[in-house]
Amino acid sequence: MTVAIILAISAPAIGAEDVKLGALFSVTGPPSFLGEPERNTAQMMVEKINKAGGVKGKKLELIVYDTQGDPTKANQAADRLIKEDKVVAIMGPSTTGETMAVIPLVEKAKIPLISCAAGIKITEPVKKWVFKTAQNDSLAVEKIFKHLKEKGVNKIAVLTVSDGFGASGREQLKLHAPKYGIEIVSDDTFGPKDTDMTPQLTKLRGSPAQAIICWGTNPGPAVVARNVKQLNLNIPLYMSHGVSSKKFIELAGPAAEGIILPSGKVLVADLLPQKDPQKKHLLSFISEYKARYKTEGDHFGGHAWDAVMLIKNAMEKAGFTPVAIRDGLEQTKNFSGIGGVFSFSPEDHAGLTAEAFVLVQVKNGRWSLVK
Amino acid sequence: MEWIAQISQYLLSGLANGSIYGLIGFGFTIIYNATGIINFAQGEFVMLGGMLTVFLLQLFPLPLVLCIGMAIGTTLIIGILFERLAIHPLKNASPITMVIITIGASILMRGLAMILWGKDTHPLPPFSGDEALALGKATIMPQHLWILGLTVLILILNRLFFHHTIYGKAMRACSVNPRAASLAGINVKTMVLLSFAISAALGALAGIIIAPLTMTSYDVGIMLGLKGFCAAIIGGMGSGMGALLGGIILGLLESLGAGLVSAGYKDAIAFVVLLVILFLRPGGLMGKGEMERV
Repeated sequence: MTVAIILAISAPAIGAEDVKLGALFSVTGPPSFLGEPERNTAQMMVEKINKAGGVKGKKLELIVYDTQGDPTKANQAADRLIKEDKVVAIMGPSTTGETMAVIPLVEKAKIPLISCAAGIKITEPVKKWVFKTAQNDSLAVEKIFKHLKEKGVNKIAVLTVSDGFGASGREQLKLHAPKYGIEIVSDDTFGPKDTDMTPQLTKLRGSPAQAIICWGTNPGPAVVARNVKQLNLNIPLYMSHGVSSKKFIELAGPAAEGIILPSGKVLVADLLPQKDPQKKHLLSFISEYKARYKTEGDHFGGHAWDAVMLIKNAMEKAGFTPVAIRDGLEQTKNFSGIGGVFSFSPEDHAGLTAEAFVLVQVKNGRWSLVK
Repeated sequence: MEWIAQISQYLLSGLANGSIYGLIGFGFTIIYNATGIINFAQGEFVMLGGMLTVFLLQLFPLPLVLCIGMAIGTTLIIGILFERLAIHPLKNASPITMVIITIGASILMRGLAMILWGKDTHPLPPFSGDEALALGKATIMPQHLWILGLTVLILILNRLFFHHTIYGKAMRACSVNPRAASLAGINVKTMVLLSFAISAALGALAGIIIAPLTMTSYDVGIMLGLKGFCAAIIGGMGSGMGALLGGIILGLLESLGAGLVSAGYKDAIAFVVLLVILFLRPGGLMGKGEMERV
């Protein structure tokens, strides 16, 4: 268990000319819902690139290590990728904690890292060798607040899960609320494994909150949705992008109806207007993933799609050495991916704007776009 | 009058969750009584009940009741296999060895479930609709009524079995003194097997009746097993009624703690009260104390 396992080495014929890319994903462990689709997507995309002739004639070789959601293992695996496998760039890790544990290594070794985690501290302050593809939580928070402000809501209740994702969401909610003239009148948490949130919600019934914002990943928010319906709380419920998947509707059942949340565009790709720059990539990602893995491609896999394609793009423009890839990444402008349209600069290594999110609502058991 | 509505909601939620903890704790006490070991795989029986029902429903177009029956039956067989393969072959192992084996078995079962069914969470349809019922100023789901009703039913059946059937009496005899029971002609090994079968079935049932409310996944057994274990400890290990009482106390503490103080502290509040109870009554609320252990 202590040794990370090589999960996949793609490209059957490994030549001396191949370009080695490293990847750290938590394929098992609690964040496996992130790591598994990320690994699948990265493999799928590398194979696709190789089949089409590689990058400027060079084949890519992908080396994936499973970090099991553990920062220590992520750190060890990164060390191995740098020293033994001698990769030119690293994708992942899947979570913010793991990414923070890997950053000192890549900064020292001067290897570009494209994290697939969302935490804002990964790229703020900017680190020379570190980029990321997952949207900042603050973008999702601002998307919701903008909508609430338009609706004239100024008192909200916040209910967040007591893990890294929830803590970051809570921080961003508190940080941005004053800017939109919104007051947080109730602030409570729930455990990631809790199965009954009626006490927290009952307490909130006595408060003047006009809307509830629940921040968490499955299954907690589905329980919250069911409990809100059980208690007959007649105020709108907002969720985070942490539950933007079909799975959430399946889990929450009829209680999901009417819930609004910010989501990456992958969830509603077919509903996007034709002129959306991401639409083409989104649709091809979804159909390719479905054909190969028999399940829906989600925005977590999309983070790895973006990482692979951003590296490919940088190599085509700038070359195959770690320095060239880093410089190529930093010069990337208007790159349409799955998570959004990326424009990196020396001051911004996250590269996305609030446009990366759309607001979606559950209607008749399906996601629909909020206009 | 807002606070009356709130308190009654906390009490109802606590009662329903507590019954589940009690039911799981009940499974702990049955095996403890027959063997003197704490079966840490009890939580996995709970998981198996829920997960098997979900997957039988997907596999066969059968009514829910049949799938539930099959899931309980399968878990019961797994309980028997577990006893035959892991507990029975160890003739005179110390309880601590056996406890560690149950921990190993729980990791194995969880791992197999993960490989077999994946890591997703799965919903189960409620037994009778999902329109909340109003009870005074509080609301309750029909599923809560099922939980409370089945818990009472199991208490009654348990009483009848352990006090009015020859097998039940034999099992109680084993719990008091296995050696004497064996001398009196009771096949202690059979009783151990029976205890595993019963608690596997009980665990499965608990897992099934809460799944419509809480959903189920391969790893729900850890948390629920722990809560059930706490319930059994508060009640006094070995007392079925005690486990149920312990479960309800735990459920109420959690829900009142989350509602009146803060959800962040609800586990801490519950466990502090647990410690106080154990300081005051080390044998648990309905425990028989240590005097039997001469």
